[in-house]
Amino acid sequence: MSETSFTPLSRKDMARRVAQDIPEGWYVNLGIGIPTMVADYVPLEREVVFHSENGVLGMGPAPGPDDADPWLINAGKQLVTLRRGGAYVHHADSFAMIRGGHLDLCVLGAFEVAENGDIANWATSANDTAPAVGGAMDLAAGAKRLWVVMEHVTKDGRPRLVESCSYPLTAMRSVRRIYTNLAVIDVTARGFEVVEMAPGLGFDELQAKTGARLHMSKEAG
Amino acid sequence: MINKIVRDMAEAMQGIADGSTVLVGGFGSVGQPDALIEGLIEQGATDLTVVANNAGTGRVGLAKLMELGRVRKIICSFPRSAGSVVFEELYKAGKLELEIVPQGTLAERMRAAGAGVPAFYTPTGYGTLLTEGKPTAEFDGTPCVLEKALPGDVALIQAHHADRWGNLTYRRSGRNFNPVMAMAAKLAVAQVDEVEPLGTLDPEAVVTPGIFVGRVIRVPLAAG
Repeated sequence: MSETSFTPLSRKDMARRVAQDIPEGWYVNLGIGIPTMVADYVPLEREVVFHSENGVLGMGPAPGPDDADPWLINAGKQLVTLRRGGAYVHHADSFAMIRGGHLDLCVLGAFEVAENGDIANWATSANDTAPAVGGAMDLAAGAKRLWVVMEHVTKDGRPRLVESCSYPLTAMRSVRRIYTNLAVIDVTARGFEVVEMAPGLGFDELQAKTGARLHMSKEAG
Repeated sequence: MINKIVRDMAEAMQGIADGSTVLVGGFGSVGQPDALIEGLIEQGATDLTVVANNAGTGRVGLAKLMELGRVRKIICSFPRSAGSVVFEELYKAGKLELEIVPQGTLAERMRAAGAGVPAFYTPTGYGTLLTEGKPTAEFDGTPCVLEKALPGDVALIQAHHADRWGNLTYRRSGRNFNPVMAMAAKLAVAQVDEVEPLGTLDPEAVVTPGIFVGRVIRVPLAAG
Protein backbone atom coordinates (compact mmCIF):
# COMPACT_ATOMS: atom_id res chain seq x y z
CA MET A 1 0.00 0.00 0.00
CA SER A 2 1.50 3.31 -1.01
CA GLU A 3 -0.30 5.66 1.31
CA THR A 4 0.61 9.20 2.18
CA SER A 5 1.42 9.94 5.78
CA PHE A 6 -1.59 10.82 7.89
CA THR A 7 -2.89 9.99 11.33
CA PRO A 8 -6.48 8.78 11.65
CA LEU A 9 -8.37 10.19 14.62
CA SER A 10 -8.55 8.05 17.77
CA ARG A 11 -11.98 7.24 19.24
CA LYS A 12 -11.46 9.99 21.82
CA ASP A 13 -10.48 12.48 19.11
CA MET A 14 -13.60 11.58 17.13
CA ALA A 15 -15.75 12.24 20.21
CA ARG A 16 -13.87 15.51 20.84
CA ARG A 17 -14.40 16.57 17.20
CA VAL A 18 -18.18 15.99 17.42
CA ALA A 19 -18.34 17.88 20.72
CA GLN A 20 -16.78 20.97 19.08
CA ASP A 21 -19.84 21.36 16.86
CA ILE A 22 -22.51 21.23 19.59
CA PRO A 23 -23.57 24.74 20.63
CA GLU A 24 -24.88 25.87 23.99
CA GLY A 25 -28.62 25.44 24.43
CA TRP A 26 -29.05 22.29 22.37
CA TYR A 27 -30.96 19.29 23.72
CA VAL A 28 -28.94 16.23 22.70
CA ASN A 29 -29.27 12.44 22.84
CA LEU A 30 -26.08 10.39 22.57
CA GLY A 31 -26.13 6.75 21.48
CA ILE A 32 -24.03 3.95 22.94
CA GLY A 33 -20.28 3.68 22.19
CA ILE A 34 -18.26 6.60 20.82
CA PRO A 35 -21.37 8.87 20.94
CA THR A 36 -21.56 8.47 24.74
CA MET A 37 -17.96 9.75 24.97
CA VAL A 38 -18.95 13.03 23.27
CA ALA A 39 -20.36 14.36 26.57
CA ASP A 40 -16.88 14.16 28.12
CA TYR A 41 -15.72 16.89 25.73
CA VAL A 42 -18.57 19.35 26.22
CA PRO A 43 -17.49 21.60 29.10
CA LEU A 44 -20.10 22.03 31.86
CA GLU A 45 -20.10 25.81 31.40
CA ARG A 46 -21.34 25.31 27.83
CA GLU A 47 -24.89 24.40 28.82
CA VAL A 48 -25.87 21.49 26.58
CA VAL A 49 -28.75 19.41 27.97
CA PHE A 50 -28.22 15.68 27.54
CA HIS A 51 -31.24 13.38 27.27
CA SER A 52 -31.28 9.68 28.12
CA GLU A 53 -34.11 7.61 26.63
CA ASN A 54 -34.96 5.98 29.98
CA GLY A 55 -36.40 9.25 31.25
CA VAL A 56 -33.53 11.52 32.25
CA LEU A 57 -33.24 15.07 30.90
CA GLY A 58 -30.15 16.98 32.05
CA MET A 59 -27.91 13.97 32.54
CA GLY A 60 -24.51 14.65 34.10
CA PRO A 61 -21.25 12.67 34.16
CA ALA A 62 -20.61 9.38 35.96
CA PRO A 63 -20.83 9.73 39.76
CA GLY A 64 -17.87 9.70 42.12
CA PRO A 65 -17.57 6.79 44.55
CA ASP A 66 -19.57 8.65 47.23
CA ASP A 67 -22.53 9.87 45.19
CA ALA A 68 -23.38 6.75 43.16
CA ASP A 69 -27.16 6.21 43.06
CA PRO A 70 -28.42 2.82 41.85
CA TRP A 71 -31.74 4.41 40.78
CA LEU A 72 -30.06 6.70 38.28
CA ILE A 73 -28.78 5.06 35.09
CA ASN A 74 -28.42 5.99 31.42
CA ALA A 75 -29.58 4.12 28.31
CA GLY A 76 -26.43 1.98 28.42
CA LYS A 77 -27.39 1.04 32.02
CA GLN A 78 -24.33 2.80 33.46
CA LEU A 79 -24.61 4.92 36.61
CA VAL A 80 -24.91 8.64 35.88
CA THR A 81 -25.80 11.85 37.72
CA LEU A 82 -28.43 14.55 37.24
CA ARG A 83 -27.28 18.12 36.61
CA ARG A 84 -28.80 21.09 38.37
CA GLY A 85 -31.92 21.87 36.33
CA GLY A 86 -32.42 18.24 35.30
CA ALA A 87 -35.74 16.38 35.40
CA TYR A 88 -37.17 12.86 35.33
CA VAL A 89 -39.99 11.77 33.03
CA HIS A 90 -41.69 8.49 32.17
CA HIS A 91 -40.98 6.53 29.01
CA ALA A 92 -43.81 7.86 26.87
CA ASP A 93 -42.81 11.46 27.64
CA SER A 94 -39.15 10.65 27.12
CA PHE A 95 -39.94 9.29 23.66
CA ALA A 96 -42.30 12.19 22.99
CA MET A 97 -39.19 14.36 23.32
CA ILE A 98 -37.51 12.14 20.73
CA ARG A 99 -40.40 11.41 18.37
CA GLY A 100 -41.99 14.85 18.67
CA GLY A 101 -38.91 16.55 17.20
CA HIS A 102 -37.86 18.28 20.42
CA LEU A 103 -34.24 17.11 20.41
CA ASP A 104 -31.87 19.37 18.48
CA LEU A 105 -29.47 16.54 17.84
CA CYS A 106 -28.99 12.82 18.13
CA VAL A 107 -25.56 11.25 17.67
CA LEU A 108 -25.51 7.54 16.84
CA GLY A 109 -22.96 4.93 15.84
CA ALA A 110 -23.64 2.97 12.63
CA PHE A 111 -22.59 0.01 10.51
CA GLU A 112 -23.32 1.86 7.28
CA VAL A 113 -24.61 5.18 5.99
CA ALA A 114 -25.79 5.60 2.40
CA GLU A 115 -25.31 8.71 0.24
CA ASN A 116 -29.06 9.48 0.50
CA GLY A 117 -28.86 9.51 4.32
CA ASP A 118 -30.16 5.98 4.98
CA ILE A 119 -28.68 4.54 8.17
CA ALA A 120 -28.15 0.89 9.19
CA ASN A 121 -27.10 0.43 12.81
CA TRP A 122 -29.23 -2.21 14.52
CA ALA A 123 -28.89 -5.59 12.79
CA THR A 124 -26.04 -7.09 10.81
CA SER A 125 -28.25 -9.26 8.61
CA ALA A 126 -31.88 -9.86 7.77
CA ASN A 127 -31.43 -13.38 9.18
CA ASP A 128 -30.19 -12.20 12.57
CA THR A 129 -32.30 -14.31 14.92
CA ALA A 130 -33.07 -11.74 17.58
CA PRO A 131 -31.68 -8.29 16.93
CA ALA A 132 -32.20 -5.66 19.60
CA VAL A 133 -33.36 -2.29 18.29
CA GLY A 134 -33.88 -0.32 21.52
CA GLY A 135 -34.56 3.36 20.76
CA ALA A 136 -32.46 3.60 17.58
CA MET A 137 -35.38 3.79 15.12
CA ASP A 138 -37.21 6.40 17.21
CA LEU A 139 -34.07 8.53 17.52
CA ALA A 140 -33.11 8.26 13.85
CA ALA A 141 -36.61 9.22 12.69
CA GLY A 142 -37.45 11.77 15.38
CA ALA A 143 -34.54 14.07 16.23
CA LYS A 144 -34.24 17.43 14.42
CA ARG A 145 -30.84 16.35 13.11
CA LEU A 146 -28.98 13.07 13.13
CA TRP A 147 -25.19 12.84 13.12
CA VAL A 148 -23.29 9.58 12.90
CA VAL A 149 -19.86 8.94 14.38
CA MET A 150 -18.09 5.77 13.21
CA GLU A 151 -14.86 4.35 11.77
CA HIS A 152 -14.56 5.16 8.06
CA VAL A 153 -14.10 1.48 7.08
CA THR A 154 -14.80 -1.91 8.71
CA LYS A 155 -12.10 -3.92 10.47
CA ASP A 156 -11.44 -5.76 7.20
CA GLY A 157 -11.27 -2.54 5.21
CA ARG A 158 -14.72 -2.36 3.59
CA PRO A 159 -16.26 1.11 3.25
CA ARG A 160 -19.04 2.04 5.66
CA LEU A 161 -20.07 5.05 3.54
CA VAL A 162 -21.90 3.45 0.64
CA GLU A 163 -24.28 4.03 -2.29
CA SER A 164 -26.95 1.95 -0.59
CA CYS A 165 -26.92 0.05 2.71
CA SER A 166 -26.47 -3.72 2.63
CA TYR A 167 -27.56 -4.16 6.26
CA PRO A 168 -31.19 -3.78 7.44
CA LEU A 169 -32.15 -0.10 7.70
CA THR A 170 -32.74 1.77 10.95
CA ALA A 171 -34.27 4.76 9.15
CA MET A 172 -34.46 6.18 5.64
CA ARG A 173 -32.91 9.49 4.54
CA SER A 174 -32.18 10.72 8.02
CA VAL A 175 -28.41 11.24 8.49
CA ARG A 176 -27.28 14.86 8.16
CA ARG A 177 -23.54 14.58 8.94
CA ILE A 178 -20.93 11.84 9.47
CA TYR A 179 -17.79 12.07 11.62
CA THR A 180 -15.24 9.34 10.93
CA ASN A 181 -11.64 8.77 11.92
CA LEU A 182 -10.69 10.14 8.48
CA ALA A 183 -13.15 12.94 7.67
CA VAL A 184 -16.22 15.01 8.40
CA ILE A 185 -18.78 14.50 5.66
CA ASP A 186 -22.20 16.09 5.09
CA VAL A 187 -25.08 14.26 3.45
CA THR A 188 -26.53 16.66 0.88
CA ALA A 189 -28.90 16.60 -2.09
CA ARG A 190 -25.96 15.68 -4.37
CA GLY A 191 -24.60 13.01 -1.99
CA PHE A 192 -21.55 12.96 0.31
CA GLU A 193 -19.74 16.30 0.67
CA VAL A 194 -16.36 16.35 2.37
CA VAL A 195 -16.16 19.16 4.91
CA GLU A 196 -12.87 18.22 6.55
CA MET A 197 -10.16 15.56 6.25
CA ALA A 198 -7.59 14.16 8.69
CA PRO A 199 -4.36 16.20 8.34
CA GLY A 200 -2.14 14.76 5.62
CA LEU A 201 -4.91 12.71 3.99
CA GLY A 202 -5.52 13.31 0.28
CA PHE A 203 -8.97 13.48 -1.35
CA ASP A 204 -8.20 10.58 -3.72
CA GLU A 205 -7.10 8.39 -0.86
CA LEU A 206 -10.30 9.20 1.06
CA GLN A 207 -12.34 8.45 -2.07
CA ALA A 208 -10.60 5.06 -2.36
CA LYS A 209 -11.83 4.17 1.14
CA THR A 210 -15.40 5.28 0.43
CA GLY A 211 -18.09 3.23 -1.32
CA ALA A 212 -19.87 6.16 -2.97
CA ARG A 213 -18.79 9.27 -4.85
CA LEU A 214 -17.42 12.11 -2.72
CA HIS A 215 -17.80 15.79 -3.52
CA MET A 216 -15.67 18.55 -2.10
CA SER A 217 -17.73 20.96 -0.02
CA LYS A 218 -17.37 24.65 -0.83
CA GLU A 219 -16.99 25.15 2.91
CA ALA A 220 -13.89 22.95 2.92
CA GLY A 221 -12.33 25.23 0.26
CA MET B 1 -63.44 3.13 52.35
CA ILE B 2 -61.19 2.60 49.36
CA ASN B 3 -58.24 0.45 50.27
CA LYS B 4 -56.05 -0.91 47.46
CA ILE B 5 -53.32 -2.11 49.83
CA VAL B 6 -53.32 -5.91 49.77
CA ARG B 7 -52.26 -8.11 52.69
CA ASP B 8 -49.99 -10.52 50.89
CA MET B 9 -48.59 -11.61 47.54
CA ALA B 10 -51.30 -14.22 46.97
CA GLU B 11 -53.91 -11.46 47.12
CA ALA B 12 -51.80 -9.26 44.84
CA MET B 13 -51.70 -12.00 42.18
CA GLN B 14 -55.28 -13.23 42.60
CA GLY B 15 -57.17 -13.88 39.37
CA ILE B 16 -54.30 -13.51 36.89
CA ALA B 17 -55.49 -15.95 34.23
CA ASP B 18 -53.67 -18.27 31.85
CA GLY B 19 -53.19 -16.58 28.48
CA SER B 20 -52.96 -13.08 29.99
CA THR B 21 -50.92 -10.26 28.52
CA VAL B 22 -48.67 -9.04 31.35
CA LEU B 23 -46.89 -5.69 31.15
CA VAL B 24 -43.72 -5.69 33.26
CA GLY B 25 -42.09 -2.36 34.21
CA GLY B 26 -38.41 -1.52 34.42
CA PHE B 27 -35.49 -0.59 32.21
CA GLY B 28 -32.82 -3.18 32.82
CA SER B 29 -33.10 -3.86 36.55
CA VAL B 30 -34.01 -0.30 37.54
CA GLY B 31 -37.71 0.07 38.31
CA GLN B 32 -38.34 -3.62 37.73
CA PRO B 33 -40.91 -5.19 40.11
CA ASP B 34 -38.80 -8.18 41.20
CA ALA B 35 -41.10 -9.27 44.05
CA LEU B 36 -44.19 -9.24 41.81
CA ILE B 37 -42.44 -11.35 39.16
CA GLU B 38 -41.57 -13.86 41.90
CA GLY B 39 -45.20 -13.68 42.98
CA LEU B 40 -46.38 -14.47 39.44
CA ILE B 41 -44.00 -17.43 39.30
CA GLU B 42 -45.56 -18.73 42.53
CA GLN B 43 -49.10 -17.98 41.37
CA GLY B 44 -48.81 -20.28 38.39
CA ALA B 45 -50.47 -18.49 35.44
CA THR B 46 -49.10 -19.78 32.14
CA ASP B 47 -49.29 -19.25 28.35
CA LEU B 48 -48.48 -15.60 29.03
CA THR B 49 -47.60 -12.80 26.66
CA VAL B 50 -45.05 -10.61 28.42
CA VAL B 51 -44.38 -7.01 27.41
CA ALA B 52 -41.15 -5.58 28.80
CA ASN B 53 -38.25 -3.51 27.49
CA ASN B 54 -35.74 -6.32 28.02
CA ALA B 55 -36.04 -10.11 28.02
CA GLY B 56 -34.57 -10.84 31.44
CA THR B 57 -31.06 -11.66 32.57
CA GLY B 58 -29.49 -14.57 34.43
CA ARG B 59 -31.91 -17.26 35.59
CA VAL B 60 -34.02 -15.26 38.03
CA GLY B 61 -37.12 -13.08 37.72
CA LEU B 62 -38.41 -12.74 34.16
CA ALA B 63 -35.76 -15.19 32.92
CA LYS B 64 -36.98 -17.77 35.44
CA LEU B 65 -40.61 -17.27 34.38
CA MET B 66 -39.54 -17.93 30.78
CA GLU B 67 -37.33 -20.88 31.72
CA LEU B 68 -40.32 -22.48 33.46
CA GLY B 69 -42.13 -22.44 30.12
CA ARG B 70 -44.80 -20.01 31.25
CA VAL B 71 -44.23 -17.39 28.56
CA ARG B 72 -45.57 -18.00 25.06
CA LYS B 73 -44.54 -14.67 23.59
CA ILE B 74 -42.39 -11.71 24.54
CA ILE B 75 -42.85 -8.22 23.12
CA CYS B 76 -39.83 -5.98 23.75
CA SER B 77 -37.36 -3.53 22.21
CA PHE B 78 -34.06 -4.95 23.40
CA PRO B 79 -34.16 -8.71 24.03
CA ARG B 80 -30.48 -9.38 23.66
CA SER B 81 -28.27 -7.96 26.35
CA ALA B 82 -25.43 -9.16 28.54
CA GLY B 83 -26.72 -12.20 30.42
CA SER B 84 -29.97 -12.78 28.50
CA VAL B 85 -29.11 -16.50 28.38
CA VAL B 86 -32.55 -17.99 28.95
CA PHE B 87 -34.08 -15.84 26.23
CA GLU B 88 -31.35 -16.88 23.78
CA GLU B 89 -31.82 -20.59 24.57
CA LEU B 90 -35.62 -20.59 24.31
CA TYR B 91 -35.66 -18.42 21.22
CA LYS B 92 -33.12 -20.57 19.39
CA ALA B 93 -35.10 -23.70 20.34
CA GLY B 94 -38.27 -22.16 18.87
CA LYS B 95 -40.01 -22.20 22.25
CA LEU B 96 -40.64 -18.48 22.48
CA GLU B 97 -42.35 -16.08 20.10
CA LEU B 98 -40.68 -12.70 19.78
CA GLU B 99 -42.04 -9.36 18.63
CA ILE B 100 -39.43 -6.59 18.50
CA VAL B 101 -40.82 -3.07 18.71
CA PRO B 102 -38.88 0.21 18.60
CA GLN B 103 -38.70 1.43 22.17
CA GLY B 104 -40.67 4.64 21.65
CA THR B 105 -43.32 2.81 19.63
CA LEU B 106 -43.58 0.30 22.49
CA ALA B 107 -44.15 3.09 25.04
CA GLU B 108 -46.57 4.94 22.76
CA ARG B 109 -48.59 1.80 21.95
CA MET B 110 -49.20 1.37 25.67
CA ARG B 111 -49.88 5.07 26.24
CA ALA B 112 -52.40 4.87 23.38
CA ALA B 113 -54.06 1.83 24.96
CA GLY B 114 -54.37 3.75 28.21
CA ALA B 115 -55.75 6.82 26.47
CA GLY B 116 -58.36 5.03 24.36
CA VAL B 117 -56.52 5.51 21.06
CA PRO B 118 -56.84 2.24 19.10
CA ALA B 119 -54.02 2.97 16.63
CA PHE B 120 -51.75 5.80 15.50
CA TYR B 121 -49.38 6.71 12.67
CA THR B 122 -45.66 7.27 13.27
CA PRO B 123 -42.60 7.75 11.04
CA THR B 124 -40.54 5.53 13.37
CA GLY B 125 -39.64 2.26 11.66
CA TYR B 126 -41.01 3.24 8.23
CA GLY B 127 -39.18 1.32 5.49
CA THR B 128 -37.56 -1.15 7.92
CA LEU B 129 -37.93 -4.87 8.59
CA LEU B 130 -39.83 -4.18 11.81
CA THR B 131 -42.81 -2.63 10.06
CA GLU B 132 -43.07 -4.88 7.00
CA GLY B 133 -46.70 -5.50 6.07
CA LYS B 134 -48.13 -2.71 8.23
CA PRO B 135 -50.42 -0.13 6.60
CA THR B 136 -48.67 3.10 5.61
CA ALA B 137 -49.76 6.64 4.83
CA GLU B 138 -48.07 9.96 4.12
CA PHE B 139 -48.78 13.08 6.18
CA ASP B 140 -47.38 16.43 5.03
CA GLY B 141 -44.71 14.60 3.05
CA THR B 142 -43.65 12.28 5.89
CA PRO B 143 -44.21 8.56 5.28
CA CYS B 144 -45.63 6.79 8.34
CA VAL B 145 -46.70 3.34 9.52
CA LEU B 146 -49.84 2.44 11.42
CA GLU B 147 -49.18 1.03 14.88
CA LYS B 148 -51.86 -0.50 17.09
CA ALA B 149 -52.43 0.17 20.78
CA LEU B 150 -50.97 -2.45 23.12
CA PRO B 151 -53.29 -3.07 26.07
CA GLY B 152 -52.47 -5.42 28.93
CA ASP B 153 -54.64 -7.60 31.13
CA VAL B 154 -52.27 -6.98 34.02
CA ALA B 155 -49.39 -4.56 34.66
CA LEU B 156 -46.76 -5.41 37.25
CA ILE B 157 -45.05 -2.18 38.20
CA GLN B 158 -42.58 -0.78 40.70
CA ALA B 159 -43.03 2.57 42.46
CA HIS B 160 -41.62 4.42 45.44
CA HIS B 161 -44.40 5.64 47.74
CA ALA B 162 -48.12 4.88 47.64
CA ASP B 163 -51.26 5.59 49.65
CA ARG B 164 -54.37 3.42 50.06
CA TRP B 165 -56.03 5.06 47.04
CA GLY B 166 -53.16 3.78 44.86
CA ASN B 167 -51.52 7.14 44.19
CA LEU B 168 -47.87 6.54 43.29
CA THR B 169 -44.54 8.36 43.27
CA TYR B 170 -41.32 7.08 41.70
CA ARG B 171 -37.58 7.22 42.23
CA ARG B 172 -35.42 8.92 39.59
CA SER B 173 -34.91 6.77 36.46
CA GLY B 174 -36.92 3.97 38.12
CA ARG B 175 -40.04 5.66 36.71
CA ASN B 176 -39.42 4.57 33.08
CA PHE B 177 -42.21 2.32 31.68
CA ASN B 178 -44.14 1.98 34.95
CA PRO B 179 -46.63 4.88 34.57
CA VAL B 180 -47.62 4.02 30.97
CA MET B 181 -48.00 0.35 31.84
CA ALA B 182 -50.26 1.26 34.77
CA MET B 183 -52.49 3.18 32.31
CA ALA B 184 -52.53 0.43 29.69
CA ALA B 185 -53.65 -2.54 31.81
CA LYS B 186 -57.07 -3.56 33.09
CA LEU B 187 -55.40 -4.30 36.44
CA ALA B 188 -52.20 -2.60 37.59
CA VAL B 189 -50.45 -4.13 40.58
CA ALA B 190 -47.80 -1.91 42.17
CA GLN B 191 -44.92 -3.03 44.33
CA VAL B 192 -43.88 -0.04 46.48
CA ASP B 193 -41.16 0.76 49.01
CA GLU B 194 -43.47 2.56 51.44
CA VAL B 195 -47.17 3.12 52.08
CA GLU B 196 -48.05 6.58 53.44
CA PRO B 197 -51.28 7.71 55.12
CA LEU B 198 -53.88 9.13 52.71
CA GLY B 199 -53.34 12.86 52.25
CA THR B 200 -49.61 12.92 52.98
CA LEU B 201 -48.31 12.40 49.43
CA ASP B 202 -47.79 15.81 47.81
CA PRO B 203 -50.50 15.94 45.10
CA GLU B 204 -47.99 17.79 42.85
CA ALA B 205 -45.57 14.87 43.19
CA VAL B 206 -48.03 12.06 42.37
CA VAL B 207 -47.05 10.72 38.94
CA THR B 208 -49.56 7.86 38.70
CA PRO B 209 -52.92 8.76 40.25
CA GLY B 210 -54.84 5.92 41.86
CA ILE B 211 -57.42 5.69 39.06
CA PHE B 212 -54.80 3.71 37.09
CA VAL B 213 -53.91 1.38 39.98
CA GLY B 214 -55.83 -1.66 41.24
CA ARG B 215 -53.62 -3.17 43.94
CA VAL B 216 -50.64 -2.06 46.01
CA ILE B 217 -48.27 -4.25 47.98
CA ARG B 218 -45.51 -2.96 50.22
CA VAL B 219 -42.16 -4.60 49.58
CA PRO B 220 -39.51 -2.85 51.69
CA LEU B 221 -36.21 -2.31 49.90
CA ALA B 222 -33.61 -4.88 50.77
CA ALA B 223 -31.12 -3.50 53.27
CA GLY B 224 -28.16 -1.84 51.55
